[in-house]
Amino acid sequence: MTDVLKLEQVTKRFGGLTAVGDVTFTIKEGEIFGLIGPNGAGKTTIFNLITAVYTLTEGKISFYGEQIAEADPYGPGFVNGIKRRFAWKPLKPFQIAEKGITRTFQNIRLFKKLTTFENVLTACHRSANYSLFESILPRRIPIINYVLPWSKTLWREETELRKKTEELLKLMGLWDYRDMVAANLPYGLQRKLEIARALALDPKLLLLDEPAAGMNPEETLALMDLIRRIRDDFGLTVLIIEHHMDLIMGLCDKIFVLNFGKALAEGTPAQVQNNPKVVEAYLGSAEEEAKDGEEAGEGDAADA
Amino acid sequence: MFSWFYIEGILILVGINVMIVLGLSLLTGFTGLFSFGHAGFMAIGAYVAVTCTMQLDVPFYLAILIGGIAAMIASLFIGYFTLNLKGDYFCIATLGFGEAIRLILDNMTIVGGARGLPGIPLDTTLVNVIVIDIIGIMAMAYLIKSRHGRNMIAIREEELASQAIGINVFRYKMESLAISALYAGIGGALWAHYVGFIQPLMFQLTKSTEMTIMVIFGGLGSITGSVVGAFILTFLPELLRELANWRLVFYGAAVIAIMIARPQGMLGGIEITDMFRWIKRTVTGENRRAKAAAEADKEAKTELPGEGGGES
Repeated sequence: MTDVLKLEQVTKRFGGLTAVGDVTFTIKEGEIFGLIGPNGAGKTTIFNLITAVYTLTEGKISFYGEQIAEADPYGPGFVNGIKRRFAWKPLKPFQIAEKGITRTFQNIRLFKKLTTFENVLTACHRSANYSLFESILPRRIPIINYVLPWSKTLWREETELRKKTEELLKLMGLWDYRDMVAANLPYGLQRKLEIARALALDPKLLLLDEPAAGMNPEETLALMDLIRRIRDDFGLTVLIIEHHMDLIMGLCDKIFVLNFGKALAEGTPAQVQNNPKVVEAYLGSAEEEAKDGEEAGEGDAADA
Repeated sequence: MFSWFYIEGILILVGINVMIVLGLSLLTGFTGLFSFGHAGFMAIGAYVAVTCTMQLDVPFYLAILIGGIAAMIASLFIGYFTLNLKGDYFCIATLGFGEAIRLILDNMTIVGGARGLPGIPLDTTLVNVIVIDIIGIMAMAYLIKSRHGRNMIAIREEELASQAIGINVFRYKMESLAISALYAGIGGALWAHYVGFIQPLMFQLTKSTEMTIMVIFGGLGSITGSVVGAFILTFLPELLRELANWRLVFYGAAVIAIMIARPQGMLGGIEITDMFRWIKRTVTGENRRAKAAAEADKEAKTELPGEGGGES
């Protein structure tokens, strides 16, 4: 199995605060990889680092062997600022998406005023290739459609996009809601729509940020099946952040635990569940409350 | 009082404003960027086109196109530096750009400077304005329905999410601004060839705000709304002309009334095709059935206790 995503000594500092410190892990192809930790542990920051919303302070991230994020090579100062602006070209978030990493957001970020169908249709845009000039030319006139080459490509590509959108919506069970405005969808369906939108780009790695937040137990179970099915159907690798332990333990092949931005444990669900450090981080222990600060300070990756 | 000559004149002005407002509508209504510098693009279009027709004897239609393209090139230049700015800062940058263009023209004696440029051939007629408008509206409607238009709307809705689905935000903002400037440039060129005299004072900040008000009045995110907005707000001051200075008060009152009654603008997000579809559905009775079905659905839902969907 090849390595899909590899984080090496990834560190992100916001001023004096180390949000993520020295995190290293590797995700293998076809895995469902869980990223857990108490609130504020830096899980979403890791997502933002992978998708290039933030730049790394130290370390590197590679995707299928290719480096996709590197640490800022320039120090502070005005001249370095100019260099950083013009000479440094790290990948932008949209380029990460083009490489095959798509994500959902913790606080749902749908195109609220658009319908379900339009949401996914917009996300399918990478499958079409017609130019800006082609898009402003008439296309509803039948004769022109058959005679002129540009109309033909546009028409064909648009039809393909619609077909793809339809397939995706049917797979996610959203087809009945296709004409509903996204903001009016029930919460669980909004989460599903976000996943559908992320899938529209044919990603290789899907990042899910708390997909089960706000779902009831039955919906969570259905979501587990759905994620598994998506992984198998699309041949995906999934990285998932979740607080819902049933989902994480039942779904993930491997789990990585973060606490205060540091690695706490890594391993299979059973290993992680039995790791005393993890239990302590989640539940805390009365006697060791005073020691808590030091514990967090140490924080080396412990393979249980 | 309303002679045809007078009405024709207003209609030509309406047509010119429709063109500019369409462009601005793409930028403001569909991409979500506010611009207060469109008078600057109009000025570039007007001056370039006038130079072409008067000094170089370029045919009228070609000159208009050249004017539009000149404005577009200027927008690419200005967009490269300002489109990375967020929200209000972009707005301020465009405001500065518009004023800068006006001041540059004020000091360019080659095009008349502050005295203006008289004797422009009056080539703009009602017919060619209408034809250009129709082409403009059609192109815009097609653009909005294409993937490029959809990506622009996505940027308006959620910038971060659109990046996450692989939309190059900067590029699409640039496209939007360039097309918007093209429309403004063409509008400016048409205006110059209608009035017959241009001076930098015509392209002040008030002109930009007037256009933005038309877009907002008509409704953000609607091509039909932009056309209607341009129509009403160009006609209104003329209808109120008898009230002399009071007409601006009524103009302001009309805009405020719309803001209160319909904050999303007259036709915010609604297109004329939607209205046709709605009428068709009403006639066939489909609307009534859908409503009944929705109500039945709602009743079924309220009977089930504890089904918290978390709807807002």
